[in-house]
Amino acid sequence: MNFTLEIWRQFDTGEEGRYEDFTVEGIDPEASFLEMLDQLNERLTEEERRTVAFDSDCREGICGTCSLVINDTPHGPRQVTSCQTYMRDFEDGATIRVEPFRSTTFPVIRDLVTDRSALDRVIQAGGYTGATTGPQPEPNSMPVAPEVQEKAMDAAICIGCGACVAACPNGAAMLFTGAKVTHLNLLPQGQAERGNRANSMVEQMDEEGFGGCTNFGECSRVCPQEISLDVIGMLNREYRKARLSRDPKDPPTMLAQ
Amino acid sequence: MVEFWRSTIGKKTFVAVTGTILVGYLILHMVGNLNSLFGPTGAEPRVDWYAGWLRELGEPLLPFAGALWIVRAILLGSVIIHITGVVQLRFRNRDARPARYPARKIGRSWESGVMMTSGILLAAFIVFHILQFTTLTVDVTPLHHEQVYFNLYNAFQEWYFVAIYLVALILIGVHLRHGIWSLVQTLGLDSPARNRGIRYGATTLTLVIVVGFALVPILFWTGLLDAPEPPAATITAIAGGLTG
Repeated sequence: MNFTLEIWRQFDTGEEGRYEDFTVEGIDPEASFLEMLDQLNERLTEEERRTVAFDSDCREGICGTCSLVINDTPHGPRQVTSCQTYMRDFEDGATIRVEPFRSTTFPVIRDLVTDRSALDRVIQAGGYTGATTGPQPEPNSMPVAPEVQEKAMDAAICIGCGACVAACPNGAAMLFTGAKVTHLNLLPQGQAERGNRANSMVEQMDEEGFGGCTNFGECSRVCPQEISLDVIGMLNREYRKARLSRDPKDPPTMLAQ
Repeated sequence: MVEFWRSTIGKKTFVAVTGTILVGYLILHMVGNLNSLFGPTGAEPRVDWYAGWLRELGEPLLPFAGALWIVRAILLGSVIIHITGVVQLRFRNRDARPARYPARKIGRSWESGVMMTSGILLAAFIVFHILQFTTLTVDVTPLHHEQVYFNLYNAFQEWYFVAIYLVALILIGVHLRHGIWSLVQTLGLDSPARNRGIRYGATTLTLVIVVGFALVPILFWTGLLDAPEPPAATITAIAGGLTG
């Protein structure tokens, strides 16, 4: 298969970027999108030209490192990660536009590589649970109903790729933060930090400069893990309850008269 | 509360709550308007009686028109919070997304994409609407205080007023179809099990509101509602002109 590629080239964060056209020939339809880029890079190396920088790690759709916008859609046409997108999904001779994830909070490092550490900082703010190092509690004292477990795991499968942010017209990270908060706040292990988690993760999310949700739902439509929009409803609920409830450090006191 | 308002989710919640208040008012307003469908019954049209009743509501606990002014204050407050929240969020969202790369439309409804446009036009319409039927400033057609039926009848004999009101109603429909579902989601009340019902519910409520409001101008314009008796003020004016 032959393709024309319009690839975003940008040497540095501060530099102005532009599209550069490449043609690739003799591509196996079973090659993944990243393997096709590998072949292009091998050729560029032989020609002693600067290769196209792009992110990838596991290449089996579970790590969330690959992050290409293919034909204006984060991760491409199939709602899977970029590495699980195959060239058979494109027509022979097609022109394919490849860009980095577009968001002010994800500055471009080089070409197709963006800095998504803003998401890491949101996790650091509250995406953890305290673990006891002393005697373990009796497991039956922490029952998890199968429905709750399923719901928590459906949110926990978020791989943190950031496609939700790239698809959002507002550049919001609500699906990501919602998935993390839903995952931990539903399970007994996450109860100790429940209120603080919603507060500090939303605070960090706002501080990073992510936009607000207007319920377009585009995030869910590109999510390779098919995370449902209701995690955003859960986040809204958890945050409202946490923020508007009285600080436990400042309980009301009672006096006669 | 201040911290809540500063956050994106907090602002959204304020927008959703004030949106709920405004939708609630729209329903009451629509039901109240339907009083004009009784026609110019007898000495006083039913809608005129209704308008008077609204002013006397709560007496003697409240002063004359007290309830009316309380509702007006709540509405004004809601509109101000609604617009302020949305505008502040809009600036945030614009900064979060690089301007030269608008997000491709994957599956979002067109109504959700035009909330700002429909909102601005609706705000302009509300100002016009108050100037016409509350302050009686836009008196292209004859308008008289406390003679609602007479005012409505005359205004809706003109095709352009009918057109303005019907266009405004379409805008309300566009705004509410996304808005009603959106506020339920923002308040965290939606769930996968309820989503279908809430989506249909939002569309149905939107249709009921739009059709309910639209009946009034349409029925006046098509002549299904009879002309009112000339108001007392006009009769005196004519009589004054004759004797003078």
